[in-house]
Amino acid sequence: MPFLEIRSLHKSYGQVPVLKGIDLTVEQHQVICLIGASGCGKSTLLRCVNALEPINSGEIRLDGEVVSGEGTDVNRLRRDVGIVFQAFNLFPHMTVLDNITLAPRRVRGLDRSEAERRGRELLARVGLDGKASSYPDGLSGGQQQRVAIVRALAMNPRVLLLDEITSALDPELVAEVLDIVRELAAEGLTMLLATHEMSFAREVAHQVCFLHDGVILEQGPPEQIFGAPTQERTRAFLRRIIEAGRL
Amino acid sequence: MTPAGGGSASPAGAQTSPGTTGLASLAVLTVAATVIFIIWTATQLYDNAPPSGLGHWVLLAVSVAGAAASVALLRPAAAAVSDGRTARQMQVAGDAVGFRVHRARSRNSALVAMGSCLAAAVVALFVLFLLANNRAVQQTFFAPDMVSRSWLEVTKAFGTNLFIAVVGEVIVLAWGLVVALARLAPGPAGRPIAFLATAYIDAFRAVPAIIVIYLVGFGLPLAGVPVLSAMSPTWAAIFALALVYGAYVAEVYRAGIQSIHPSQMAAARSLGLSYSATMQSVIVPQAIRRVVPPLLNDFIGLQKDTSLVTVIGTVDAFTQAKIYSSNYFNLSSVTVVAALFIVITIPQTRFVDRMLARDQSRMQARG
Repeated sequence: MPFLEIRSLHKSYGQVPVLKGIDLTVEQHQVICLIGASGCGKSTLLRCVNALEPINSGEIRLDGEVVSGEGTDVNRLRRDVGIVFQAFNLFPHMTVLDNITLAPRRVRGLDRSEAERRGRELLARVGLDGKASSYPDGLSGGQQQRVAIVRALAMNPRVLLLDEITSALDPELVAEVLDIVRELAAEGLTMLLATHEMSFAREVAHQVCFLHDGVILEQGPPEQIFGAPTQERTRAFLRRIIEAGRL
Repeated sequence: MTPAGGGSASPAGAQTSPGTTGLASLAVLTVAATVIFIIWTATQLYDNAPPSGLGHWVLLAVSVAGAAASVALLRPAAAAVSDGRTARQMQVAGDAVGFRVHRARSRNSALVAMGSCLAAAVVALFVLFLLANNRAVQQTFFAPDMVSRSWLEVTKAFGTNLFIAVVGEVIVLAWGLVVALARLAPGPAGRPIAFLATAYIDAFRAVPAIIVIYLVGFGLPLAGVPVLSAMSPTWAAIFALALVYGAYVAEVYRAGIQSIHPSQMAAARSLGLSYSATMQSVIVPQAIRRVVPPLLNDFIGLQKDTSLVTVIGTVDAFTQAKIYSSNYFNLSSVTVVAALFIVITIPQTRFVDRMLARDQSRMQARG
């Protein structure tokens, strides 16, 4: 049975259709990369999976259970599906450690000491053990994004959604964030990530999906998508990426 | 005009502007006139001093100090003149950059001199206003004997104003947040609640506070409602002001809450926090930090409006001061009330500034 299954997902903002029938299956421990031009619907798809956006029609199943549509317990869903945003979205009025422990304490009901112990462990893993009592504004972009990843991981999600998490970073800070994603992939965390880092997608993805105009135009293993794309649109997109020196 | 200096080209800005020396001269004239005016004012002040006693010496000291201080105005004027002269010399020597620098300094000093003169002249005019009509103004508003006669009773009565203000503020702080959250209540279920909250805000921001106080203070006892009608005038005033300022403060809170970027809500909800948990832990704490300055504004408004309770017969500082002012036909006791309001307001402003600065530096600290 597929772990995460998206079936004929439609989503529009008012009169503007953004997703026009997405079908996607994610097996456990798989890493799926979504690529495509800006505005093709990558971010919207991720936000729909996390129920941050209501969907118009279609169905999302997690581990066999329908987790979309009316009556879904979104708070329960979100315990299992974590998301990391392009702009980090850390809570500026809380220390790094409080950012990380807020959800475990308030949602999972962990007591503070237990939550903080786990929070510090995770921070140490991403090399930020010294920053527990700093505030987000005092950290670099790369450090903030690492904290944001830890914040999502602190809830022990079964699926992690990454929404262009390196797009807001200075080029020299991208590596420190991607290293962590690479590690998580190696550990077998199921991930769905929208990215502009093509070489990274090529390296970590089991499957690459090319989104165009609200549908998945082409899907396959990275060698196929990047090596021998069958669709003209995919080729045109990759050509532009290569011309921009990003592959 | 080309600066004299052989074949050197004239750089932009090196042209003589006839206004330069003009400005310095104007500054000198203005300063001279102002100094004369201030010294004359000082002599007027001393002429009005009582022939002996403490007042005599205080006014003498003030007169001498004022006259002496006015001489300080000469400094920027002198600097303007001397820099203007240097500028001209440099121009003749062909030093375009030096010319420009000293011309700019001369201009600056001239403007500083004239700005200071304006401020000093306004102060002197105010002193003359107090002395006008044989010190009638000073006697009406700042009569020392009236101040010393009334200040103790007025200050005691000011305790009522403080009590109403502090209790009112505590209530408003909580009540305003409740109304703001009601106004922002989400979903279809929240709509009727939001409508009600909006109606309350619209109504109580529109009606003048003095009318609400009047209606509550006189109306509720007449209506004979249990509990509410038994309120003392002081509590009626607190209740009325809480109603009015709750509406203002609710709007302040709402603006603060809506100013928090939606991505904060998305981030918290994506972690599984419920709407109310997100509001409580993420949105409202950030919103409150942003609205502290406008909140203080409304609190100062509330503090001032405590003087309106005089219309329902609560004995506050103003009511007490009016007793003196009508008995003695002199407003100095009311001036005491005004001074008391100033005295309590200024420290609050500084305190809030300092608190915000500390919070800012804490959140932005590197490390």
